[in-house]
Amino acid sequence: MSTMNTVGRPTTPNAVASKPETLSGGRGLLQNEALIFEGDGWGKTGVDLPEPKGSASDLGDLVRKDPIGLPGLSEPEAMRHYVRLSQKNHAIDLALYPLGSCTMKHNPRLNEKMARLPGYSDIHPLQPVSTVQGALELMDQLAHWLKTLTGMPAVALSPKAGAHGELCGLMAIRAAHEASGQHEKRRKVLVPTSAHGTNPATAAFVGYTVVEVAQTDDGRVDVADLASKLGDDVAAIMVTNPNTCGLFERDILEISRLTHEAGAYFYCDGANFNAIVGRVRPGDLGVDAMHINLHKTFSTPHGGGGPGSGPVVLSAALAPFAPAPWVVNDGDGFNLVERAEDEAAQAFGRMCAFNGQMGMFVRALSYMMSHGSDGLRQVAEDAVLNANYIKARLSDVMSAAFPDGPCMHEALFDDSWLKGTDITTLDFAKAMIDEGFHPMTMYFPLVVHGAMLIEPTETESKAELDRFIHAMRLLAEAAKAGDSERFKGAPFHAPMRRLDETRAARSPRLRWTAPEGSNIAA
Amino acid sequence: MRYLPLTPDDRTAMLAAIGAKSIDDLFVDVPQSARLAEPVDLPRVAGELEVERALKALAGKNTVAGDVPFFCGAGAYRHHVPATVDHVIQRSEFLTSYTPYQPEIAQGTLQYLYEFQTQVANLTGMDVANASLYDGSTAMAEGVLMATRVTRRNKAVISGGVHPHYVAATETVVHAVGVETQVLAPAVDAEADVIAQIGPDTACVVVQTPNVFGTATDVTRIAEAAHAAGALLIVVVTEAVSMGLLKSPGEMGADIVAAEGQSIGNALNYGGPYIGLFACREKLIRQMPGRLCGETVDADGQRGFVLTLSTREQHIRRDKATSNICTNSGLCSLAFTIHMSLLGETGLRRMALLNHEKALATRDALAAIPGVEILTGRFFNEFAVRLPRNAAEVVDALAAHRILAGVPYSRLAPNAGMDDVLLVCATETTLDADIKILAGALAKVLAN
Repeated sequence: MSTMNTVGRPTTPNAVASKPETLSGGRGLLQNEALIFEGDGWGKTGVDLPEPKGSASDLGDLVRKDPIGLPGLSEPEAMRHYVRLSQKNHAIDLALYPLGSCTMKHNPRLNEKMARLPGYSDIHPLQPVSTVQGALELMDQLAHWLKTLTGMPAVALSPKAGAHGELCGLMAIRAAHEASGQHEKRRKVLVPTSAHGTNPATAAFVGYTVVEVAQTDDGRVDVADLASKLGDDVAAIMVTNPNTCGLFERDILEISRLTHEAGAYFYCDGANFNAIVGRVRPGDLGVDAMHINLHKTFSTPHGGGGPGSGPVVLSAALAPFAPAPWVVNDGDGFNLVERAEDEAAQAFGRMCAFNGQMGMFVRALSYMMSHGSDGLRQVAEDAVLNANYIKARLSDVMSAAFPDGPCMHEALFDDSWLKGTDITTLDFAKAMIDEGFHPMTMYFPLVVHGAMLIEPTETESKAELDRFIHAMRLLAEAAKAGDSERFKGAPFHAPMRRLDETRAARSPRLRWTAPEGSNIAA
Repeated sequence: MRYLPLTPDDRTAMLAAIGAKSIDDLFVDVPQSARLAEPVDLPRVAGELEVERALKALAGKNTVAGDVPFFCGAGAYRHHVPATVDHVIQRSEFLTSYTPYQPEIAQGTLQYLYEFQTQVANLTGMDVANASLYDGSTAMAEGVLMATRVTRRNKAVISGGVHPHYVAATETVVHAVGVETQVLAPAVDAEADVIAQIGPDTACVVVQTPNVFGTATDVTRIAEAAHAAGALLIVVVTEAVSMGLLKSPGEMGADIVAAEGQSIGNALNYGGPYIGLFACREKLIRQMPGRLCGETVDADGQRGFVLTLSTREQHIRRDKATSNICTNSGLCSLAFTIHMSLLGETGLRRMALLNHEKALATRDALAAIPGVEILTGRFFNEFAVRLPRNAAEVVDALAAHRILAGVPYSRLAPNAGMDDVLLVCATETTLDADIKILAGALAKVLAN
């Protein structure tokens, strides 16, 4: 039978229902919610605005005449629409969110409160600098914390996300090679196979040829392979440390020495800085450039995928090439240097229209100040402790990808323990949803077969970890016992059953359009 | 350390379960010489009260736009945002969720992204929009790169009416891959000049409307000229509210729209986080950068939404991806879509018209001041004036009287030789009294 849940769009009623269908398609408190375009909002508005005085006569034929196609909601309708939608989301405030390499930790509400102070939220990026001295001082303080924690002399604050920071770092490296006349011959960037996909994408984006570096059996950069590929045609290496297998690169000092001897720069992907913050300074490891995902290490909300913030710390060799704008303290107060040609003629340009993610700067500094230098060190210790605890407590029922030695802030398993069952990593992940947990990161890093990457972070209690471990053990036992129905059909208890991603990609429907024959103008 | 739940007893028990003697055993892979023995030289743990006082003290040193007569625009706009918007985006399930990688438990995010994409496509007059980029300037850079991929040509012609910071952010990226840019000289009515520059090697023409001087232009003829030469037209919009009143870029023949969405639902935030809107013609979608949400069905046949067309992305294509972007401005797009849903077409048109009327009133008040010359003809909510003195000095003088009078063009382009040009913006938040104060103070400053 067809259901009433989606107004104006027929559903495909051929699937096997696991439970009696409701007549409305809703499930108790979990209501189906039509798209805003499917309601009666045409011509409606939920915002009271004064009546305009007259017409825009001077604009003539520039004025839009046809309908735009934007329904409106009254305020109560809007509240209900978005609150109902929100109830279909998993979130860190609901339960553990163990996405490896993504770092989902508690988001303190103090940070939100501070970022919303009008002194930060209601100031314009091009106000005279005399009227934003507090904002510039905050950026200066944030820079001081980042430089001190990383042991690096300079930082570029403006990149708007981690990948944007990678771009910034590689642009600085490129600018340095251009300045020394070596850019024409240094056209390669070495990237280990275990790197984030953004690393090779960034290197290619900046015009470099990406050369892969092999990995050892124990999940680290193969130093011999790296050494054999280093030469005067290499611009930089990009290494993630701790790496995406959740391991610290033991040979990191050797890696940076070889890189520098070859005249190349060492770019470190700092996405996993939370594993070492306060205990290790990347500057001491010979890093030349590293982006810091403020939203990960210093907790600004991910908000469904962004916004992020990706400041880049730079070594003395790269500092002169940092992009505009930057903050200077000239004795009388703070100034914002907005043009590369003003002071350091070598600056490579500008990353974005304005000053970067001020809202995230406030949140990150609030988080840092709340922990202090001692607390941030504890952050790294607890993040690492929690990950190793999970690894230790699950290693007898699942297979750790690198069983020997400790991991850092994330525990990596492969799918070899599922051999002999017809259950995949994906099936296992979907069954976790039924148990009330967000699945771990699946199939990443690519170097491990059927990877399951679990990152608990430091803001999980032992009790919550134990609850998670208990559920994972029960699931693992069910999988090995051949209870495949539980996995193959999962999730059964989520707002939606398994979604057909292939269909979405094969014939993309990326927007709502009015049903044929309707009299909606849009 | 109120955010850290482990007790000393927990830590001891957990180390025992791991089989480690101390926490240092877990850092054994870190070279001894690189291990810090002590916390770094920064302040120690601080309570909520302490942090709040420190950050409030810094915030208090800034002049808040809403507290003073305020006329700044130039790519960042102050509008009234209904209280509902900020309340909803702070719901835990939106605020503290991640990228919707598991669509079965992320339908809240995915459905609003689908609604957002539809709103942006309709507003810009384009076929499809993505789920947002970092900001308008990075969207423009991505647009130029996309145009070079699609046309297999290597040159972008950029109008002198495009925001200089957008041009700089774009050049930073596209020059690195050898894309050539031809940026025309700034002029209040700059768009007219670009047609003459279009050639057989032009990948795209980039124009902005309303442009950085506020001039609103019908770009239909530019679109026709670009298409005749096999080039794409990229239209940049820095003030999204303008599209509520003016003809859409799509209606005028744009192939790609790169816009800043900050003005709908999002605060000024001193420049970020903002939200890049990116929309294009349907035939270009597989070359589009960034995240996309698409419709599908679940195993029970229910309609649902997923992230899609990921074969363009860095996690699959790595060094062959269409971009290196791995995120969007999720929460900002939520704020945008809630504000837009509250406004509806009726509210958006009304708000846009109010903006225009406030700007006209501001123009009329300034035009009456001796020595002030209005440069912009047809505009939406922002216009350029020529002052008889250095505009930055005038702005500073007025700031000392707690009036934020606008943005001197020299702030954006110090070497353009337009030191006497001031960009003035008014929105629905501008009070008639503010206009009076500005005009009075400006007249006084210029008379001295």
